[in-house]
Amino acid sequence: MNHWPFITAAYLVVLVGTVGIAALSYAAMRRAEAAAEALRSGRA
Amino acid sequence: MPALHALANPARFLRIARPLTPILFWIGVALVLFGCWAGLTLTPPDAVQKESARILYIHVPSAWLGMGGWSGLAIACLSYLIWRHPLASVAARAIAPAGATFAALCLLTGSIWGRPTWGTWWEWDGRLTSMLLLFFVYIAWIALDRADAERSGDGRVPALFGVAGSALLPIVHYSVIWWNTLHQGESVVTGKIHISLLWPLFFTLAGFTLFFAGVVLMRMRAILASQKVEARLRRMAAA
Repeated sequence: MNHWPFITAAYLVVLVGTVGIAALSYAAMRRAEAAAEALRSGRA
Repeated sequence: MPALHALANPARFLRIARPLTPILFWIGVALVLFGCWAGLTLTPPDAVQKESARILYIHVPSAWLGMGGWSGLAIACLSYLIWRHPLASVAARAIAPAGATFAALCLLTGSIWGRPTWGTWWEWDGRLTSMLLLFFVYIAWIALDRADAERSGDGRVPALFGVAGSALLPIVHYSVIWWNTLHQGESVVTGKIHISLLWPLFFTLAGFTLFFAGVVLMRMRAILASQKVEARLRRMAAA
């Protein structure tokens, strides 16, 4: 049995999962910090 | 312990977390990329499992962070219950989705590894079943925490659940010793894997751990900023 399709699939799954959680976390952080900053500067 | 208490101040925490987030994240990414490249190209195939053993370099860090994530979550929950640290519940809330992701990656990569090695995608043995339970416990904790936040709860119920859920960790860890499982026994810490095959794992383990820490810091910053916005809006509405 050729193992490389399984190895490729496993690495792709990890790539999708890690890029996904990093992108979601980064977007949430930027969005929330921008909202906090906008509110702060709006009040100033 | 005093240092921990000092860090529990959100403003002080943010002063450290802001520069630390990209440092941890990008060093983690670099180590992971190097470890994966080395594991795919520089190491020899395993004598028994042949090429499929290269899945080790992503499967073991996923398992480590799936379990380590819950350890961190349980410690944060315990801190919240004992000291009511404002950051403890934020940390637990930030860790849960990242830990659940790595628990899911552990299950998926293990399943893919199992097909060429064991001839099956899944087996209801001790290690696989207990890891699946840990993933479900993560999902249950996230749902419970959201429900508690919607009901303006004080966070004690999710915190108690977080601490109680840590009982699953020794079951996952010792499952390969307690039961006769299809999953191989402890091999990384017991030195059963030759160093020529093992060394890239140290890079991916360190790299994924730093990556995880970077992601958790991002999520903590997001939660703290959202809480700040909510508090300001509430104050403005009351004024």
